[in-house]
Amino acid sequence: MSRKLLERLQQEFGTAILRTADQHGDAVIWVAPKDATVVLRHLRDREQCELLLDVAGVDYPERAKRFEVNYLLRSLARAHRVRVKIDVAEGEAVESATPLWRCADWHEREVFDLLGVPFRGHPDLRRILCHHEFEGHALRKDYPIEQGQPCVSTEKLFGDHEIEQASRRSEGVAAAGDESGLPSDLLTVNIGPSHPATHGALRVEVLLDGETVVRARSEIGYLHRCFEKEAEDHTWHEVMPYTDRLNYCSALLNNAIWAHSVEKLLGVQITPRCRAIRVIVSELARLTDHLVCLAANLVDIGALTNYWYLYNVREGIYQIFDKLCGSRLTTNYARIGGMSHDLYPGFAEETLFHLGRLDEAIRDVTGLVARNRIFLDRTVGVGAISREEALSWGYTGPCLRATGLAYDVRRFAPYFGYEEYDFDIPVGEHGDTYDRIMVRFEEMKQSARIIRQALRKLPEGPVNIDDPRVILPPKESVYGSIEGMMNQFKLIYEGIQVPAGEAYGFGEGGNGELGFFCVSNGTGRPWRVKVRPPCFPIFSSYSRLIEGGMIPDAIAILGSLNIIAGELDR
Amino acid sequence: MEQVTALFARIAGAGTLSPQLLLWLGALTMALIMALVMAACAIVFTWAERKVAGFIQSRYGPMRVGRWHGIAQPIADMLKILQKEDIIPADADRKFFILAPFVLFIGSLMAWAAIPFAPGFVAADLDMGLLYIFAASSLVTIGILMSGWASNNKWSLYGAARGAAQIVSYEIPLALAVVPVVLYAGSLNMTDIVVAQQGGIWKWFALRNPFLFVSFLIYFLASIAEVNRTPFDLPETESELVAGYHTEYSGMRFAFFFLAEYANLFLVSCIATAVFLGGWGHPVPGLNFAPALVFLAKAVLLVLAQIWIRWTLPRLRVDQLMHVCWKVMIPLALVCLAGSGVWMLAFVRFA
Repeated sequence: MSRKLLERLQQEFGTAILRTADQHGDAVIWVAPKDATVVLRHLRDREQCELLLDVAGVDYPERAKRFEVNYLLRSLARAHRVRVKIDVAEGEAVESATPLWRCADWHEREVFDLLGVPFRGHPDLRRILCHHEFEGHALRKDYPIEQGQPCVSTEKLFGDHEIEQASRRSEGVAAAGDESGLPSDLLTVNIGPSHPATHGALRVEVLLDGETVVRARSEIGYLHRCFEKEAEDHTWHEVMPYTDRLNYCSALLNNAIWAHSVEKLLGVQITPRCRAIRVIVSELARLTDHLVCLAANLVDIGALTNYWYLYNVREGIYQIFDKLCGSRLTTNYARIGGMSHDLYPGFAEETLFHLGRLDEAIRDVTGLVARNRIFLDRTVGVGAISREEALSWGYTGPCLRATGLAYDVRRFAPYFGYEEYDFDIPVGEHGDTYDRIMVRFEEMKQSARIIRQALRKLPEGPVNIDDPRVILPPKESVYGSIEGMMNQFKLIYEGIQVPAGEAYGFGEGGNGELGFFCVSNGTGRPWRVKVRPPCFPIFSSYSRLIEGGMIPDAIAILGSLNIIAGELDR
Repeated sequence: MEQVTALFARIAGAGTLSPQLLLWLGALTMALIMALVMAACAIVFTWAERKVAGFIQSRYGPMRVGRWHGIAQPIADMLKILQKEDIIPADADRKFFILAPFVLFIGSLMAWAAIPFAPGFVAADLDMGLLYIFAASSLVTIGILMSGWASNNKWSLYGAARGAAQIVSYEIPLALAVVPVVLYAGSLNMTDIVVAQQGGIWKWFALRNPFLFVSFLIYFLASIAEVNRTPFDLPETESELVAGYHTEYSGMRFAFFFLAEYANLFLVSCIATAVFLGGWGHPVPGLNFAPALVFLAKAVLLVLAQIWIRWTLPRLRVDQLMHVCWKVMIPLALVCLAGSGVWMLAFVRFA
């Protein structure tokens, strides 16, 4: 698959393509910084790579060209998975891809912020995750992990000049329609970082003309704890509990996809029972994710009662998690090569019981809102985005499917044996808030369907693979034999020895494609882990969605995008 | 009022107190009774709201304080709120910040004076009763604007602006909806209006003719908007404006907003009872011993209906709110007014 694409590209560009490789089905090409835009444009226009998933920078201090910038591309129509690599020396700039994909804006800002790679032609190259007073670049290998920096001042997101300009423009609009001729100064208001509707810590500075949002700009990073730096400082396995804190509404999904990514790099095949368990817990996590999102979204629109109808079900699922993992939120259940332990007896019955309650809750809530005139007025056509634009902004998951594009990683590139299950991909039509909400309702039904199938044909057998290089030895062996003890010691202290290489492991997260781009240098710790959080590119389009709408619309849209600060800020 | 004054005169002995003093004493007593009743109602309704909300949302609501279903919860809340630190933001306009909750509270308190709970049981039997009630309850707008402006907080200001716009707008359909009743009753005196409805359920103004029934519905919906409750709770909208005009308020000052809200809720229900639902009149034989209870029962039912609506519907957007008021309710209220007039000419025999 990727080989043909690589041949085509080599024919087209010749020596401009410095090197090619096929890594786990991903076509990887190296290009010089000067050729990057041409190749990227070709990939977008000719090879239908309409989705820029992520931009990942890697630091290799010992190389002459120290930084490697990876553009992760995806073609939905042709199923290409392409990675364009650009090596740059310190201070050398990369041509910005913002004219090609709108989501490149934030992705490139992140690379600039954490690694200090400048992008030429970028419209707004500022720090994004770290504070604007932060000095140095946190993800460079020579930045010591312990070195904190106290940063205090608040950044003004709009300059006085911009406010004045926007004021003048909106005054012009007002003067045309309104003959009163009253001066209309814009009011600058911060929505967040502590605001009831941000459900986390996000900040959106808006310029308001009455209730209408004239301009908006968002700031993130309030929850930034540099997960990626932490990952470099821990063994592959020790990263697992950190993944709980990414999208904390569906921690099990993060667990499973992280394990999946490392297994891809290791080249191990997990057991059939483990695959089925991962499917079940992933879908349960998807249910909790959607339940939280919908409940919060409906509360934001003022339909408070639905919150309890949905949260009661989530509570039931959390009780299952509690029994299964020992905790409700920070599950830490998956292991590289298997799971922490098998399901508990009675798991299937309890899960089926709560799925029954889920059906009831969906019926109750959709009965209350789906055809409610007020709800329709508040959501239909609000925050609508077209399919093309959504792709350019890097949408995936329910928000992309709401625009009518049936892209789901579980179908596109099945993992954990998703191809064996019978399920539909619900899509919307208009890409508005209503569609996003309704797509989630339908997806919950499909998830329940998958869980029921998986429980029915749950295979017997071991959960973990039989590989002492990956899986911890049983306790009897640790205490009873010298080999077992040494094995345990090596795995705990040195970590799983992952062969040098790169892999982008991805799966369908709660709000889109969740990916981990892992680089190993052959030791027990990752050299680089780049998370592809689904809500990061989605949130970058937020100001575009709310401009021109009203404050209540902005709140309704924010809820329907399902922004989880834990994975947004990492 | 007259009875109370007479009572004082009897206790003190005839002629010992000047009529002026008697009048003041009577007025003060009535005001005190009203304030207490209002506070008590508000307290009971906060509990009722939480229990009904709990019932609707498949949970319990308060269960601990006072043994039986958390019945003493409002008292515990009051005690807690009394002990809270009184915070006035540094940049607030102190005078107005302090004054605002009282203005709001007084606005709803004043309106109670003209509500006839039972024959003769009315603090001020004004000939302009209905007009007086609407005028007095308009003070609420000023209280809201004061609090929002004085807080010196943009969210509060937005809440206040929304509140003022909303209440001023919705007063129009509210008042228009009761005009047909005035046509029928031929009086603005609240007692006269209630008396005109005695003699069977079909005498209630809400059921006199189809137009009046629609007027009643308009009144009911507009009154929900008047008291800022979902689906019209835009001045507060906790998810948009943090807490709207009372964002900066805490402790006892906040409690005044809270009490006024519930007092207003009850007030509009009482007005609806008096104006549309026959006041103390009822079709059940043998229940004539407690007209005030009948009145209260009807009002409480209306309050429960408002609570039910609050926990069922989502919230409107601010422009949709105005749309409903100006483009739907007001024209409809005018049609009902005209319709009722025509109906009267056609079917009602004038004495």
